[in-house]
Amino acid sequence: MEHEIAISLEGICKSFGSVKANHDISLDIRRGEVLALLGENGSGKTTLMNILSGIYFPDEGRITVNGEEVTIRSPKEAFELGIGMIHQHYKLVEVLTAAENITLGLKGGLTVKRRELVNDIRALTERYGFELDPTKKIYDMSVSEKQTVEIIKVLYRGADILILDEPTAVLTPQETEKLFAILHNMRDDGKAIVIITHKLNEVMSVSDRVAILRKGEAVATVNTAETDAQTLTDLMVGRKVSLEIERPEVDFEQTDFLKVVDLTCIGAEGHKALDSVSFTLRSGEIMGVAGIAGSGQRELCEAIAGLYPVQGGAILCRSETSSGEVRENIVGMSPTEIIKKGVAMAFVPEDRLGMGLVASMDMIDNMMLKSYKRGKGPFVDRKTPRAMAEQIKDELEVMTPCVTMPVRRLSGGNVQKVLVGREIASSPKVLVVAYPVRGLDINSSYTIYDLLNQQKKKGVAVMFIGEDLDVLMALCDRIMVLCGGRVAGIVDPREVTKDEIGLMMAGERRDEEVG
Amino acid sequence: MDKAYKHHEEPLMRITARSDMPAGKAWIIRVLAIVFALVVGGLVILSLGHNPFSVYADMLRGSLATKTARVETVKIAVPLLGTALAITPAFKMKFWNIGAEGQIMAGAIAASYFALYWYKVLPGPLLILVMLIAGAVAGGIWGVIPAIFKAKWGVNETLFTLMFNYIIIGFEKYLQNGPWIKEGTTYPKIDMFDQAARLPKVLGVHVGWIAVLVLTVVMFFYLKYTKQGYEISVVGESVRTAQYAGMNVKKVIIRTMIISGVISGIVGFLIVSGADYTLNENTSGGIGFTAISVAWLARLNPFVMIFISAFLAILSKGSNTIQTDFKIPASAAGVLTGIILLCMLGGEFFVNYKLIFRHKKHAELPKGGEEA
Repeated sequence: MEHEIAISLEGICKSFGSVKANHDISLDIRRGEVLALLGENGSGKTTLMNILSGIYFPDEGRITVNGEEVTIRSPKEAFELGIGMIHQHYKLVEVLTAAENITLGLKGGLTVKRRELVNDIRALTERYGFELDPTKKIYDMSVSEKQTVEIIKVLYRGADILILDEPTAVLTPQETEKLFAILHNMRDDGKAIVIITHKLNEVMSVSDRVAILRKGEAVATVNTAETDAQTLTDLMVGRKVSLEIERPEVDFEQTDFLKVVDLTCIGAEGHKALDSVSFTLRSGEIMGVAGIAGSGQRELCEAIAGLYPVQGGAILCRSETSSGEVRENIVGMSPTEIIKKGVAMAFVPEDRLGMGLVASMDMIDNMMLKSYKRGKGPFVDRKTPRAMAEQIKDELEVMTPCVTMPVRRLSGGNVQKVLVGREIASSPKVLVVAYPVRGLDINSSYTIYDLLNQQKKKGVAVMFIGEDLDVLMALCDRIMVLCGGRVAGIVDPREVTKDEIGLMMAGERRDEEVG
Repeated sequence: MDKAYKHHEEPLMRITARSDMPAGKAWIIRVLAIVFALVVGGLVILSLGHNPFSVYADMLRGSLATKTARVETVKIAVPLLGTALAITPAFKMKFWNIGAEGQIMAGAIAASYFALYWYKVLPGPLLILVMLIAGAVAGGIWGVIPAIFKAKWGVNETLFTLMFNYIIIGFEKYLQNGPWIKEGTTYPKIDMFDQAARLPKVLGVHVGWIAVLVLTVVMFFYLKYTKQGYEISVVGESVRTAQYAGMNVKKVIIRTMIISGVISGIVGFLIVSGADYTLNENTSGGIGFTAISVAWLARLNPFVMIFISAFLAILSKGSNTIQTDFKIPASAAGVLTGIILLCMLGGEFFVNYKLIFRHKKHAELPKGGEEA
């Protein structure tokens, strides 16, 4: 099928300092087609689309919209050309309704004709199959509804070229399917759709064509029907990779290492971020934690690490004095006190450079973050951490010219290797990892899975907070599903389907809306 | 599509962040910034009807040529360097202590109390020691109060330390006008210190200069090689990381501000006991604020601060000289100093960012809009 070309990019280049984010990229975006822009993190997908939507200005290259060469200097000018981008982070006014957010900033008289507006929006939603109440306030909305508002906002302003940046990251599998159906409706209506993603199964199910970026260059454009996930991965990474994730069996007797009993925490808005959460973590297992973003995952791991105030319940660990029994309650203890009690716990937080590491410091100084107090006297010992940094650099193949390079200069995957490496080096009994592969390329992700499996085989109890259900189901021995701060269930991934977990993730949310 | 699309020119100039500048090139830019400042300053001098070269030469002569001039210049540099060192740990922790001015004054008042009322009781060296301790304690107290409020209740330290300056300076004026007024006068003035309360001199300048140089080395090692220095860096970078690492962030904030305040208080003692031999409302004289520029221009490196504070002292002393020699008004000398400081700080912009001008070759493209 031939389609009219909406946008044509020719030889686009954009550098940030010495980093070539985009190098000589040429690409056509066609009407009546969903184009997936596939690439690993840092491959330049978002940069390229930000150039189209007027946020960045290209260093070189030409942009042609509807056959005419244009220069896009601001998001406003992109809009005039009919280009609308839906970013990962929504920009909505919480206290206004959907309809008010949609018209915000539009030209017009002093008064807003609310009824007309609502009718216009209803017409739009019916046309494409959205589910949205235009009079609902944003703060009452779920993430998926907020996304709908963002999309309608762009459509209402007359965009016929839509760019969506990682739109499914915050959605349940069911919500994702709904979104894809809507995207297909819009495509059939003659709109040009670009979806930025790094998830292969989504590319396969939603797109008509795939453009693959690697290290800032467009390596290939293929028709989705003529390709498969393995081929796309190989193109994306640049060589053959295995997509299998191992789940090794352990041959020793598993014992309880961590018991969480009726844990309750209050969130920033005064709601129960965690509501009577109970589970047991055993040695030699990886327990996955699934749930849509903001279901209490962050609070759970930070509470266990002694960084989040606990309202009620208990967190029981083994300690030096508990003679192998799980009875040391660490609720109310600071991280220092937990360490002093001899609880061997390590935590890889979600925010690597804002919590797990100090961005401006080098590997050596980051190694001693939790151990700098060791040794007598007022001075720090940098010899031991230096040896540790060198060891981690060699063993985990951290790509850095030297261990004295500030960690913020390292790539995401290498930053994570430094962090995970340090935490594992502390020989923990309990290892809590939050979103350990977020933003990592495929190769680094597999390194992390391997490291976690090694820990599991050593008898460590691993808790893995994840977002990619496919990964959780392949790697974990058990999966705990969180929904609205409550445990919706703990399941064996070998015995349930992805859809069942998806329903558990969403199930209780409906309850919450009622209550 | 029947929409009429507008043609747009590429923006004339764009700003991009950079992180790749080699250190050598960065220093060239900094030197160029000073050269540029001297040229602009020269134009100002020219517009006042003087020869810029002879005015600049006179500034140098006035601040460095004679021993008296050098002594005066060093006397300006000492408290500047001391105060810059005082605020460095706080700034490294991203605790914006702009209250060094007040902490200096607190130290100066406490030291002056012993100088004025205990000089007959205490023997010479002991009196000096007591003055030093009093100054340090008072400065420390004045510095730690905002830190406690910050640590316990998250009160904004910038406003707090700023307001604290006015309180202590107001208190000094009260002392000067009332309880501590020189006997037998109605003019609000505090008596000169007794010889016993004056710091001894080494090479013509009070010993304070040795003290601040030693402190420079100590501060460098404290920040770089001690556990406390490491804690300061981590807290400054990210409070969440510090908590994650098991640091007691409140304790670090309070301890660091005590250090900052104590050093400022000692600087106050050095000023009254070594330079002025009395106390007045100008004892702190804006040093607490100029020191912020010193610390910042030196990028919190104690050794670089020696040169920056010396440079500013030369500027300051030199502009006094040109006021008398060329009858250049004090305000014009101030303008000159301002231009140089602004250019030095502005130079940092070019170290961190680069400007990209509109492509020339864009106009050569077939449909690239009209010729510029």
